[in-house]
Amino acid sequence: MNGVHDLGGMHGFGPVCPEEDEPTFHEAWEGRVFAIIRAARAQGLFNVDEFRHAIERMEPAHYLATGYYEHWLASAETNLAEKGIVSRDELERQTALIRGGVDAPATGQADPELRGRILGGGGNPDVLWHAQGAPARFAVGDAVVARNLHPAGHTRLPRYVRGKRGIIHKLHGIATFLDTNAHGLGQQPRAVYSVRFAGRDLWGDSAAHGHCVFLDLWDSYLDPT
Amino acid sequence: MSHEHAGHHHPEPQPYAALRTKALESLLIEKGLLSPDIVDTIVSMYEQDIGPLRGAKVVARAWADPAYKQRLLQDGTAAIAEFGFTGNRVDVLENTPTVHNLVVCTLCSCYPWSVLGLPPNWYKMPAYRSRAVIEPRAVLREFGLVLDEHVEVRVWDSSAEVRYMVLPERPVGTEGMTEEELASLVTRDAMIGVAKAKAPAATG
Repeated sequence: MNGVHDLGGMHGFGPVCPEEDEPTFHEAWEGRVFAIIRAARAQGLFNVDEFRHAIERMEPAHYLATGYYEHWLASAETNLAEKGIVSRDELERQTALIRGGVDAPATGQADPELRGRILGGGGNPDVLWHAQGAPARFAVGDAVVARNLHPAGHTRLPRYVRGKRGIIHKLHGIATFLDTNAHGLGQQPRAVYSVRFAGRDLWGDSAAHGHCVFLDLWDSYLDPT
Repeated sequence: MSHEHAGHHHPEPQPYAALRTKALESLLIEKGLLSPDIVDTIVSMYEQDIGPLRGAKVVARAWADPAYKQRLLQDGTAAIAEFGFTGNRVDVLENTPTVHNLVVCTLCSCYPWSVLGLPPNWYKMPAYRSRAVIEPRAVLREFGLVLDEHVEVRVWDSSAEVRYMVLPERPVGTEGMTEEELASLVTRDAMIGVAKAKAPAATG
């Protein structure tokens, strides 16, 4: 989707602001929402593409006004509601209870079977790479142009590269197609390439001398020139 | 942040996100989909175990062992797995006197967790994500890194499921250093591409 998350090339966001000795999580709740998402994905409650697309669907001003882990919280709430696991009403009621001082019990025995399921598999059950898929249409060195696609759903083709010419740098392999996998339409694996774009071709003559951008793009994002 | 005044402890009101997170966690526990010990374990893994010290070891070995460096550049995932670090497909990008690599994810925050742990906030925020692809040299200058005109800057936008790690140039004056000593010069920022590796401390 042509969402606010598709930030490449935008102006106006000011300086990059590194923080000295930054902690992994600034607040305890950030670590907990991170773990909630990891545990949910490890059990296959939703996949990584659904996770990302829920963030992309946040209200744009809310996306820009909130910190990173609030995006994760929004995605957890959206995905768990859409999958019928935790409804928004349930969550509102529970939040009101906790705010009112009722401390929901978070005790109970550790469940070894649940632990094994969540922690045993390396955390990521999504199949990303495949031995086979649709045949690769391009080879290293081929000149290509990124299609002028504007899907309303999830895509990994940023706006700044659409319609731009590049050169195939590398064939990475056959990958799950995230545009379909985010919408329950299956993995539909196809080739993904590293494609090199000259800075000047992306941004015009004001681009810095000697700067290029490599993007990893699926076969169906590209046309021959 | 909460402040304690002498004789009183006033707990700060919880931010709304903290309340919602607590609510979500408790509901998932009720439904048998989570337990607090699992949450604690996952948090601890990423706070303690999985971080840029991993990548520093990989870089140090590549500097010390030319055969390892070749394997690393040929198949980053397999060479990194020699250390037992797994979980992402990683391509390693070599910095040279004429080529400088910089890694970004303009669409979200994709990052080589398996060797660097979780990314710093600035990497995930709009300023870096928007500017790295259009004005990389200006971004690098903000980090204090000024590159000569003749150096080619390559920006890698992690738009699929390949993750990228930069192999920074080995600093001058590090001949004869052990891998452990070399690893101490390798910063997370150097492996993202916004900095060079540290120079060795002056001796004598």
